[in-house]
Amino acid sequence: MKISAIRLLIYIILVIFIIFYIIPMYIMLVTGMKSFSEVGLSTMWNLPRSLNFESFRTAWLGSAKGGFRGLSGSFFNSVLLVIPATIISALFGSLNGYVLTKWRFRGSDLIFTMILFGMFIPYQSIIIPLVLTLQRLHVYGTIPGLILVHVIYGIPISTLIFRNYYITVPTEMVEASKIDGANFLGIYRWIIFPLSTPGFAVAMIWQFTSIWNDFLFGLIVTPNPASQPITVALNNLAGSYIVQWNVQIAGALLTALPPILIYVFLGKFFLRGLLQGSLKG
Amino acid sequence: MQIKGDKWTPILFITPSVVAIGIFIYGFIGWTSFISFTKWNNVLPDYTLVGFKNYRKLFANMRFQIDLHNTLVFTVIFVVSCLLIGLLLAVLIDQRIKGEGIFRNLFLLPMSVSFIVSGVIWHWLFNPGSIQLGNIGVNQLFEKLGLNFLSSGWYTDPKIGIIAVAIAAVWQFSGYTMALYLAGLRGIPLELREAAAIDGASQWKIFYYITLPFLRPITFGAIIILGHISLKIFDLVVAMTGSGPAFSCDVPALFMYDTTFRGNHFAQGASIAIILLLLVSLLIIPYLITTFRKEA
Repeated sequence: MKISAIRLLIYIILVIFIIFYIIPMYIMLVTGMKSFSEVGLSTMWNLPRSLNFESFRTAWLGSAKGGFRGLSGSFFNSVLLVIPATIISALFGSLNGYVLTKWRFRGSDLIFTMILFGMFIPYQSIIIPLVLTLQRLHVYGTIPGLILVHVIYGIPISTLIFRNYYITVPTEMVEASKIDGANFLGIYRWIIFPLSTPGFAVAMIWQFTSIWNDFLFGLIVTPNPASQPITVALNNLAGSYIVQWNVQIAGALLTALPPILIYVFLGKFFLRGLLQGSLKG
Repeated sequence: MQIKGDKWTPILFITPSVVAIGIFIYGFIGWTSFISFTKWNNVLPDYTLVGFKNYRKLFANMRFQIDLHNTLVFTVIFVVSCLLIGLLLAVLIDQRIKGEGIFRNLFLLPMSVSFIVSGVIWHWLFNPGSIQLGNIGVNQLFEKLGLNFLSSGWYTDPKIGIIAVAIAAVWQFSGYTMALYLAGLRGIPLELREAAAIDGASQWKIFYYITLPFLRPITFGAIIILGHISLKIFDLVVAMTGSGPAFSCDVPALFMYDTTFRGNHFAQGASIAIILLLLVSLLIIPYLITTFRKEA
């Protein structure tokens, strides 16, 4: 009897926290689905009376009458940015992880620690020289420039993820092929790379989510609306007094959608990245 | 046993990354430090050295003093709440409950979205409403539940503005500490707890003398991660509140952005960035060194 009371208490506490975590998601969903006539702030907690996707449409396409841009252009900017940046930084991470675990040399641990530090720095401390350098390279304000930035500052985390993954690959396998005469690239091509799928899954999902969600680099590197990523566009949309609040919230859902879909369908890898990204395995 | 020439191939392949990090992290940090000692407080660069002048001006600046205070309040609330909520939820979920996966996934979901997204939503949830509108957001929810005493001006109240931001941050990150702790709990050998139970130790004693010490490295790591996130917090504040009334929601990263990119005071902005970097380094470098030592 006493035990079941405790179990009941456990469920009650868990459900209270579920409510805390779900409330913002609930507001996002119901607000997005209400029609404009129904979205009054004083009834924000009510369920929609009928399904209506007007808010999403306006957030996506913008409004010529209202005088604001929709998020569709920036959504595609983000797609265009995130795909190459994710793939390239994963490739760098994979090569670095391979060298740092299977071909260790004098000072390689120090190099790893030095690379890792880059993961934690506040990017404010590099952003002024970064802007000056990108201007000099004539890629400031462009999507390729932003890709370059995400690839470089993605090296630490993707190196960490692959290093932690390759540590679990038995070194004897590599040693044996070295004796058999395989070289650095051969071993990577025929042994390491084919085993790397889980590593790539974790690194790419992690990079996809963090590049998609990035705001600071987008804000500073691409100030022009035509090449802005979606987080920056959403912030502009939400900061504008002429945009109705339901359109802002619908825009938030559109921005959140790709990472949420990844989380729902590939949550296992997302969690693994999360645990690795912080406490090393 | 290595083939001749192969000794250098690995170094060759890691060189691009090392050069990129060397320039874009360490070189740029040096460059920013240099800017912080110059007179460049206008649109056009002026590299005349002025010593610590920008730093002296910074620490005398009221907005910066408020920012440091806000960062402290934010960090304490954010880190402590995330640790406590994360530990509580992990321990509860670890009790072989039904629907464990559902609970775990829902707690972690906020972690996947951008700070800008959560900022926009919490902006409306913590909107205190107005005389014309009446209560809206969470205040209205409290009114409906008869919990009016919980109503507040949230981020419009200079006394608690930064706390409202911290609550949104806890919403986003407490699921993450839950996941860390849960992974830790699953790593504690079952025999240990069972043996203690057979010896007659109470649940509380087992928790205090076995579980908690086992989780200590996780707590340590989580404090480092959460602490450095809260020092760097920027996106959430921008999207949710901005600086707030009397800078009550302002943080150093936002001050840096305003100073540098809105005010064109590049040297002054660089000095804020360097102070931020020093604060983060105080936290991170000991952590990296201990991890590095352990493995070497």
